[in-house]
Amino acid sequence: MISARGLRKSFGDFEAVKGIDVEVRKGEAFGFLGPNGAGKSSTMRMIASVSPVSGGELRILGMDPATDGPAIRGRLGVCPQEDTLDNELNVFDNLYIYGRYFGIDRATCRERARELLEFAQITDKAKAKVEDLSGGMKRRLTIARSLINNPDLLLLDEPTTGLDPQARHVLWDQLFRLKQAGVTLVITTHYMDEAEQLCDRLVVMDKGLIAAEGSPRQLIDAHSTREVAELRFGVGEHEALAEKIEDLGERVEVLPDRLLVYSDHGEDVVTAVLDRGLHPIATLVRRSTLEDVFLRLTGRSLAD
Amino acid sequence: MALVQGIPAPLSPAAATKVLVLRNYVVYKDAWKLFITGFLEPVFYLFSIGIGVGQLIDTFEFHGEAVPYAEFVAPAMLATSAFNGALLDSTYNVFFKMKYEKLYDQMLATPLSTGDIARGEITWGLLRGSVYSAAFLVVMALMGLTHSWWAVLALPAAILIAFAFSAVCMAVTTWMTSWQDFDKITLAQMPLFLFSATFFPVEAFGDGVLRWVVEATPLYRGVVLCRELTTGVITWASAVSVVYLVVMGILGLLVVRRRLDKLLLT
Repeated sequence: MISARGLRKSFGDFEAVKGIDVEVRKGEAFGFLGPNGAGKSSTMRMIASVSPVSGGELRILGMDPATDGPAIRGRLGVCPQEDTLDNELNVFDNLYIYGRYFGIDRATCRERARELLEFAQITDKAKAKVEDLSGGMKRRLTIARSLINNPDLLLLDEPTTGLDPQARHVLWDQLFRLKQAGVTLVITTHYMDEAEQLCDRLVVMDKGLIAAEGSPRQLIDAHSTREVAELRFGVGEHEALAEKIEDLGERVEVLPDRLLVYSDHGEDVVTAVLDRGLHPIATLVRRSTLEDVFLRLTGRSLAD
Repeated sequence: MALVQGIPAPLSPAAATKVLVLRNYVVYKDAWKLFITGFLEPVFYLFSIGIGVGQLIDTFEFHGEAVPYAEFVAPAMLATSAFNGALLDSTYNVFFKMKYEKLYDQMLATPLSTGDIARGEITWGLLRGSVYSAAFLVVMALMGLTHSWWAVLALPAAILIAFAFSAVCMAVTTWMTSWQDFDKITLAQMPLFLFSATFFPVEAFGDGVLRWVVEATPLYRGVVLCRELTTGVITWASAVSVVYLVVMGILGLLVVRRRLDKLLLT
């Protein structure tokens, strides 16, 4: 579906994407993870065929975006990071007119628009103004709109940013159903739980490059331990205490509010810490998640 | 879910233009009252200045013929109504759609191209200007202010004016960065409206450079073209005006397309 080799994007002197290789297969859910400024959105825009490639090779659905842009875009669904809905049109017309942009005939457009209102659970809002919708509804409408042409490939840039937990779960469910229906999904996110829930395979991007690639499970196995012991001490003590327990795990991460000790046996770490006469305010032993991989690969400092 | 049968081919330029006009039509079909102000403005000018002030003025000479004042001013109002209608849509509305609504970004995620957007929006601006002009032309005819069958051609002339200004104004708008920049539009709009031989003959500028400058401005070409058609005094200058406005519109269209490429396809 997507094949990129040595793909680059630069804006003047600034290189946002510095040569990445990506292969997305039919029917999978593929994720781009990374901190802000990692080059995810630039990559997505190139895949969406609205941003010219600066270097390397990119093929979408076997076509070259530089020459076949309109044909590619006709088969893509794009759900941008911000809800760029047409505020001058009502909810139904947002779907209907958008469908017409694809050259879909009137009757089919109308039928599709009705189905998608149902899918997005906003049928009763068909005649409402866009601005009267809640954040979750707007997001669902944006996603519904991106499906108007029955895309082979759906691009979702930060699909659940700014949504409350209920709205996120509704959305995840819908994306999962689309995947079941055979739609290839490409998702960018900085929510690790989202990536674990949705993605079959993902790449972690950092500073314009790919830092790691694999399934969520593979990434955790390769870049983290089985378990993590989280230790919370008093404010400002973490840095100093880290040295005292360095040897207890494979690795110790110092976060502003806690220490993370990476080990295959978390409970043993906690016991050992207490044996050394240290008294954390709170402890927690949990399985490693993608978040641990992410912290490891992209560093803890704020990217922007 | 029903599947769209096959993948429709990207729209032809003409079909894409139609769909963009459809989009704007849907937006405005419930807001048709907005069109009334655009129509009334030139009518008010015609009554207040053409007829009111006209009481104090006998006739003006236009291409050697004596023309009553109202008949002198009316075609100028026809031209300026096309000008104002086109300007309104292709500046304020385009800016709003581009910067705040991100409407063109949405469209570019579909098979539509920047060329389609340029053509579609300019066509809409042109249609809006034309609607005002057509209504005004009817008023002129009813008031007996047209004196030749050439006047029928004043409508296509007005459409041409709307096209030329719609294209150039949209091109200029692509360089705007904030609402403050629109003061510059007003700064250009007012003198064009007042000094394009709209209310007094161009001879008033004397025989010097100033007159040449006025005669080279686009709204002057439009005003004189309309006046020539409604009074039935066609000259070689009419052809010059037509060519002038066609070239202006096409140049504007090309610039808009290039600018949209630069701004939106980054």
